[in-house]
Amino acid sequence: MARGEIVLGCLAPHPPHLVYADNPEQNEPFSEGGWETLRWGYQRLARKLKDIDYDTIVIFTPHWQTYIGTHFLGLPNFKSLSVDPIFPNLFRYHYDLNVDVELAEAMRDAASDAGIITKMMRNPDFRVDYGTITSCHLLNPDWDKQIVTISSNRNRHYYSVEVMNEQATALGEACARAVELSGRKVVMVASHSLSHRHFVEEAPLPEDMSREHIYNHSQYVWDMKMVDLMRAGNMREVIDLMPEFTEQTMAETEGGGLTWMMAAMGYPDYNAEIYGYQSVIGTGNVIAAWDPNEQSREVVL
Amino acid sequence: MSEGPVLFGVHVPPHPQPLLAHEQNEGWGRLRAAFEHCREQIELSGADILLVYSTTWPSIIGHQIQAHPEPEWVHVDDDFHFLGSMPYKFRMDTEFAEGYREAAEKRGLFARTVAYDGFPIDTGSVVALSLLNPNNRIPACIVSSNLYANRSETIVLGKAARDTLEAQGKKAVVVVVSSLSNRMFTEHIDPHEDRIHSQKDDDWNRKMLEFFADGRLEDISQLSREIHGQIRVSKVVAYKPIWWMAAVMGQHNNYAGQVHAYEALHGAGGAVISLSPTSHSIGDKEFDEDDVEFYRGDRDVLTQGMI
Ligand SMILES: [Fe+2]
Repeated sequence: MARGEIVLGCLAPHPPHLVYADNPEQNEPFSEGGWETLRWGYQRLARKLKDIDYDTIVIFTPHWQTYIGTHFLGLPNFKSLSVDPIFPNLFRYHYDLNVDVELAEAMRDAASDAGIITKMMRNPDFRVDYGTITSCHLLNPDWDKQIVTISSNRNRHYYSVEVMNEQATALGEACARAVELSGRKVVMVASHSLSHRHFVEEAPLPEDMSREHIYNHSQYVWDMKMVDLMRAGNMREVIDLMPEFTEQTMAETEGGGLTWMMAAMGYPDYNAEIYGYQSVIGTGNVIAAWDPNEQSREVVL
Repeated sequence: MSEGPVLFGVHVPPHPQPLLAHEQNEGWGRLRAAFEHCREQIELSGADILLVYSTTWPSIIGHQIQAHPEPEWVHVDDDFHFLGSMPYKFRMDTEFAEGYREAAEKRGLFARTVAYDGFPIDTGSVVALSLLNPNNRIPACIVSSNLYANRSETIVLGKAARDTLEAQGKKAVVVVVSSLSNRMFTEHIDPHEDRIHSQKDDDWNRKMLEFFADGRLEDISQLSREIHGQIRVSKVVAYKPIWWMAAVMGQHNNYAGQVHAYEALHGAGGAVISLSPTSHSIGDKEFDEDDVEFYRGDRDVLTQGMI
C-alpha cells in the first residue's frame, strides 16, 4: 500500500449564512443571497477540489464540543435534519453523509497512543453538528466523498489557550501519522472563523448586506495580521501567536482547528491560497488553502 | 405562602446521568429520586406553567424562547452519547412564549421565539422536562442563556418573565438548569468512581447549599461573580442562572429552601434544590450590586475612553 498523504488543507469557516445565501435544495429557508465574497471564494475552492485526487475529507469542528476527550464519528452513515441552535431561521439542512470509519478509527488509535483521551461516537441517533455540514457542503456540494469528523475538546475553557494549542498540536501529529499509514489521500479541514465577536441583534432581513460589517476595527486588524502571515507562508508564527490572537479577538480558533491542521501539515512555509475574507454578523472569516503540491499551488487573491 | 406569580423554584443539574444511567451510581440514583420528589411537588402545586432557564442552551442573537407547541426529537448528548438517546415530545405554552418575547422587548432586550421542527432542544432542558414533567401535564416554556449577556441583561430577562406571568395571570414553577461547580473530569471514569472534582469545588458547593437551605436567594445572586470565579470554568462570562432565578422569583431572602440531593456528575456538582416563598427573611448581607429595570445595551466604555 502506498503511503497516505494530506493533499490539501483548508481553513473553511462555517457561518450557516453562507449555505442559507446559496439556497441549496437541502436547506429549508429561502434567501435573496448575500456574503458573495465568501460564497464565490468557496465556489472557486470547490472547483479546485474537483481537480484533486483524494479519498476523504477530515474535518475538525468547533460545534461538536466535548469536555471528556476527543471524539470521532464512528458509524458509516448519518442522515437527518440539522437545525442550527443559534440561527434556526437560516439553517435547517437535510443531510445524508458517509463516514470513513476505518480512517476515523485509525486516527482514534493514533491519538490514544499519543496519550490523548478519545472516544468513538456510535449512537445512530446522534445529530452531526452544523459546522461539519456547512463546511463540507460549501467545499463539496455533491457530497461524493467520505468524511471523518473530529470533535473539539474544550481544553481552552478548562485550562488555557496555551493548553489548547499544545493538545491540538499533539492531535494533529497523531492524525498525520494515521493518514500516512492508512494509504488514504486526505483533504484536511479546519472549520472556523477568525475573529468571532458577533452582533447580538439581527437585521429583519439577515442577508441585508447594508448592515454587514466587522464587529470592530481591532478585530479586523488582528484578522489581517493573520492573513498576511498566511500569505507569507509563515504558519509557525501564526500558531505561536494563536494564544494572543484568540484571546484578543474571541477567535473561533479557540477550538484548535487551525493548530491541529498546521501541526498535521508540518507548519507550511509556502504561501496559503487566499480565497476571500468577509464579515458575517460581525465575525471575521477567511477561506484559505494550503497546497503541498508546488505544481498546482496558486496565488488566488 | 405565595402572593406572587411563582409558586416555587427548583434548581437542577443538566447532566443526562439521572435520566439515562441512574442505576449505575448511587449518587445519580439519589439525584433521580430528588427529581421525582420535585415532580410530585410540581404535580400537587396547581402550576399553570413550568418556566425553564437552561445553561446548556446558549444563544447569540438576543434571547431565544421556545415556542413550538409540540417539539419532538430524539436527542443525543455531545459527550455522553454512549449513555443512550433521549426521545422527547414536550408541550409548550406558545401564548406565554409570545408574551415573554414582547415583555423582554419592552424592557429593552432583543428577543425572539423559535418554533421549528427539529430544533435541537438542549440536554439540560430535555433532562429537566423529562424528569419533572414526564406526561406533559403542565405546559412549559424554555428560555436560552445568551453567551454575551451579563448581570443587567440577565436580571432584566428574569423580570420580563415575571411581567408575563403577571400579565397572563399564570402561576409558575420556575426551573433553573445548571450545575453548581461545573468542572468535569476530562477522562472517562468508572461510574462507581464519580466524585466532586476537587475539595475546593466541594467546599464552595456546600457553602452555596447552606445559603440555598436558608432561602438566601438574593445573597447567592449577589455572590454570583465570586462563585463564578471560584468554581465555574470560563465557558461563559458569569454564573447567570441565579440572577435570572432571583429576578423572576423576587430579589430577596424570604424563601424556605430545601436541598433534596447533592452529588457528583462526572466531577461536576449536581444538586436538586427547591425554594418556596415565605414571609421570613434569613440572612443579613447587604451588597452593592445595583438593581436594574431596563436594559440599555452596552455602555461603550471602551469607545468613551478613546481620544
Ligand atoms: Fe461557529
